[in-house]
Amino acid sequence: MSRYFVDRNAKYLVLICATASFIILAAIAIFTLREGLPAFQQVGWLRFIFGTEWRPSLDKFGILPMIVGSLAVTLGGMILAIPLGIGCAVLLAEVAPHRVRQLLRPAVEILVGIPSVVYGLVGMLLIVPLIRDIGGTGYSIAAGALVLTAMVLPTVISISEDSIRAVPRRYKEGALALGANHWQTIWHVLIPAARSGILAGIILGMGRAIGEAMAMIMVTGNAVQIPNSPLDPTRTLAGGIAVEINYASGLHENALFAIGVVLFVLIMIINSIAMVAMRRGRQAQDVC
Amino acid sequence: MKIGKGWKWLIFPTVAALLVIAFTLSGCSSSITGTITESGSTTVQPLAEKLAGAFKAENPDTNIVIQGGGTAAGITSVNNGLVDIGAASRELTASDPALVKHLLARDGIAIIVPPSNPVINLTKDQVIAIFAGNITNWSQVGGPDKGIDVVAREEGSGTRTAFQDLVMGKALIKADAILQPSNGAVKTAVSSDPQAIGFISFGYIDSSVKALAINGVAATEPNAKNGTYPIVRPLYFLTKTQPTGIVKDFIDFCTGTDGQKIVAEEGYITID
Repeated sequence: MSRYFVDRNAKYLVLICATASFIILAAIAIFTLREGLPAFQQVGWLRFIFGTEWRPSLDKFGILPMIVGSLAVTLGGMILAIPLGIGCAVLLAEVAPHRVRQLLRPAVEILVGIPSVVYGLVGMLLIVPLIRDIGGTGYSIAAGALVLTAMVLPTVISISEDSIRAVPRRYKEGALALGANHWQTIWHVLIPAARSGILAGIILGMGRAIGEAMAMIMVTGNAVQIPNSPLDPTRTLAGGIAVEINYASGLHENALFAIGVVLFVLIMIINSIAMVAMRRGRQAQDVC
Repeated sequence: MKIGKGWKWLIFPTVAALLVIAFTLSGCSSSITGTITESGSTTVQPLAEKLAGAFKAENPDTNIVIQGGGTAAGITSVNNGLVDIGAASRELTASDPALVKHLLARDGIAIIVPPSNPVINLTKDQVIAIFAGNITNWSQVGGPDKGIDVVAREEGSGTRTAFQDLVMGKALIKADAILQPSNGAVKTAVSSDPQAIGFISFGYIDSSVKALAINGVAATEPNAKNGTYPIVRPLYFLTKTQPTGIVKDFIDFCTGTDGQKIVAEEGYITID
């Protein structure tokens, strides 16, 4: 095969790859929607999304408690993970000596690869009893949020660190030359300049958090109720699908797919916000 | 290398000998061959696996694939012809498709607490009140002054359905109960929380949890068998039509003497 041939046909190869991934995505979306639609129609869109009672055996399908649950654990997790993650990224990128970084960086990367069931298990045996000492059963939003913090930290850290490192050297040199100390440089120059990358890391972490099922099943208690406090048990959307799909049939099964549709839309909203935010961030950077 | 060569020389005779042995053995055994697929109730699953193992030991040319998935999935799969046998851990209802039932065993559902809990007996009404959320403190049923953490199974589970039918009746399990997706997960959740109460199949009871007496009757197999223990449900193998061939052989084995011996060993109640 001549180099010429490869050169001429490479574009078709990548076109096939691109089409394949698009078809897969479209197939998943269409299938989920098709399976979920009967539930939306029979229950009613509004009653499905804003209903507060979930008792499939009595044909009651309201998923508001699960939407609240998903948002609560995700927000709780992100509130903890964002400052910790950015702090750690600054440490790795700016403060830590080379040898410490060489040790910490691979450790953070390994954290990404730990299966979520392991996070869930550690959460169930370590965090749940700790929270039980504070109050309630221990299976709670707080437990879910803490486990999610650990799960999204590595994503936030590694992407934030990369983007802090990617800030042009002249920014830092300029700040220091103007008499700013190291801390002022980090806080007022480096972090603002890297913010689009940091935001990307946060959004990616959030995507992982909101879609997490296994670990959430193990630590949140799976009770379908609108929680009153962080110590109350809750059920997430993804956890709700995973807990019941084994046993579901008929309308119940359709309703679980409909939860999938809601999750799909929720993640699409988050990603769109992220894309807009990143574009804004980049524009701001170009002006500097 | 000399040793390596020596080993290589051994391979052919060894393989030949093994083949001969294998052929002779398979020649001796009974003529039952084929594959059976089973799926359904996770309560039946461990028992079905033991039974399949014993059946295969007698009939080496057979292959039995046992899957979980839950009672509802088992009923759907066998009705659609996806599997040969479905497993159910509750009575079939009018809304289920018409299938041929083969009573495999009976199973008690135990109300469990961690061993550290001093309560040893509850009345059925107390159990209902606890799971419905009307009794919320252990002191109301003779225990320490601590809240009760109710652990239940998720909607659709055969064990939950059976518990609902046999114990709760019209009352609903309270909405803020902790839900765990399997018998094993309920056991772990209850054993690790001193204030917890839950329900699991007799087959899953071990020293990490304590089974409570109900109305003064201990949760034991003899009591379940003689009908004094109130929470007992049937375990069924389901087929679409009257079974034939290897499927019939397997079901006959399970309901026969050898199979029932395993049923008893696994902590379930025999059908005789």
